[in-house]
Amino acid sequence: MNRRRGTGADESEGGREVAQGALEVLAPGPLATVQDAGRHGHAALGVGTSGAADAASYALANRLVANPEGAAALEATMGGLVLRARGRVWAAVTGAPCPVRAGGRGAACAEVLLLRDGEELHLGAPERGLRTYVAVRGGVDVPPVLGSRSTDLLSGLGPAPLRAGDVLPVGTPPRAFPVLDAAPGPRVGGDRVELGAVLGPRDDWFAPEAVESLLDAEFEVTGRSDRVGMRLAGPPLPRAVEGELPTEGMVAGSLQVPPDGEPVLFLADHPVTGGYPVIAVVRAADLPRAAQARPGTRLVFTAVSV
Amino acid sequence: MRVLNCGDSGVLVEVADLGEALALQAALAEDPVPGVTETVPAARTVLLKVDPGAPGGARAVAAAAARLRPRPGALPRGGEVEIEVQYDGADLGEVAELTGLTERGVVEAHTGAHWTVAFGGFAPGFGYLVGDDRRLDVPRRGESRTRVPAGSVALAGGFGGVYPRSSPGGWRLLGRTDAVVWDLDRDPPGLLVPGTRVRFREV
Repeated sequence: MNRRRGTGADESEGGREVAQGALEVLAPGPLATVQDAGRHGHAALGVGTSGAADAASYALANRLVANPEGAAALEATMGGLVLRARGRVWAAVTGAPCPVRAGGRGAACAEVLLLRDGEELHLGAPERGLRTYVAVRGGVDVPPVLGSRSTDLLSGLGPAPLRAGDVLPVGTPPRAFPVLDAAPGPRVGGDRVELGAVLGPRDDWFAPEAVESLLDAEFEVTGRSDRVGMRLAGPPLPRAVEGELPTEGMVAGSLQVPPDGEPVLFLADHPVTGGYPVIAVVRAADLPRAAQARPGTRLVFTAVSV
Repeated sequence: MRVLNCGDSGVLVEVADLGEALALQAALAEDPVPGVTETVPAARTVLLKVDPGAPGGARAVAAAAARLRPRPGALPRGGEVEIEVQYDGADLGEVAELTGLTERGVVEAHTGAHWTVAFGGFAPGFGYLVGDDRRLDVPRRGESRTRVPAGSVALAGGFGGVYPRSSPGGWRLLGRTDAVVWDLDRDPPGLLVPGTRVRFREV
């Protein structure tokens, strides 16, 4: 790969040129992956979109370090990620709020951080929410697969989940410079999360009381949840139509109801097609909040129209 | 034809059978619906993925989809691919028994048929092929194999297929090909994109 040196202020420190930086993974925490805006254009052949599960927090992290949209960042699940900078690295932490230490100093989420060569960034366990994002100025420059650097845990495309000892190159810094030191984001996480959902496409496969239960009851996020989808515990959602649905395309946010009755809310790594009926679909704007619901969170679905 | 919502990020168009689904794909290819970012064809549906932020969003896409008039019997346009096959598959004899053809007859029917990729699924790069020779309509095996080698050319459930990579599978194996149907370093990565016309040739 042809790497250019950085431009502008990132290029020199005390008149000396600094080679492009990198991040060394000292500890990944429970699960950390590289994510960007997703893998597009290959759905017809079974390649899912993947990408940051909480697209809003991911986008905010990139904006803070003045990256172009779509630059790859890190998605840490339940904190625990420890990184060491090689060279100077500008970073920002967003998403599930967690204790942050940068270069041994206390730091905050949603502010621009400078890591000098050898300094470490530590993410503690988040107080609320599930997924914390670390963007670095220049983006995480691992090789793209089908146009994206996202790790798709369902299909296995993209880089493997991070392991201690991985060294992640940081890309060429953009021309733009951070304009804000910090940016307020929406509150992330909570014990009870309200999500707008549009009924269908297969609500007619369910008994009327199933639709009532979906909109009246609370559903708890269970531990059997990951980037593919969240399994929810709640009242049964009885069917009106028996039999099998021919496999059909699915979108993120789909509430698919398998025969065991526990609905699955599909997230970023969801399968491209599925064979169980979808009773409702969470609207796109609410998906980032859905993706921040950790096990134990109660979800409430409110009917909205398209 | 029914047009169903998938929230604000998709529109699912449903038809009665696979023939109508192919005609619908053809209509969508001839007359693309503005605002659609990706399509996912399936056996009786085509999912139109929508950018929720686009003007009009899913509502505009649903309205445009409702105006589509698929022509019965139409097939989607696509590239043409010839796949070279060594017909030495483990299930060739069984397929001959099931179809009432000889093994040679199965090979001739498979190479003589005109195939079209109807939709993807099962694994990245796997295309479900429909052919014009109904004699080759055989059921899946009673038991799946834990490992079917990449390049296996197979039949099941009224479809043909080529395994993009080694995986478990319950289709009946006719033979194998050296053709690489899925390559992440190629653009496009898949050889068997929906709409592609396929002929098999014996080598």
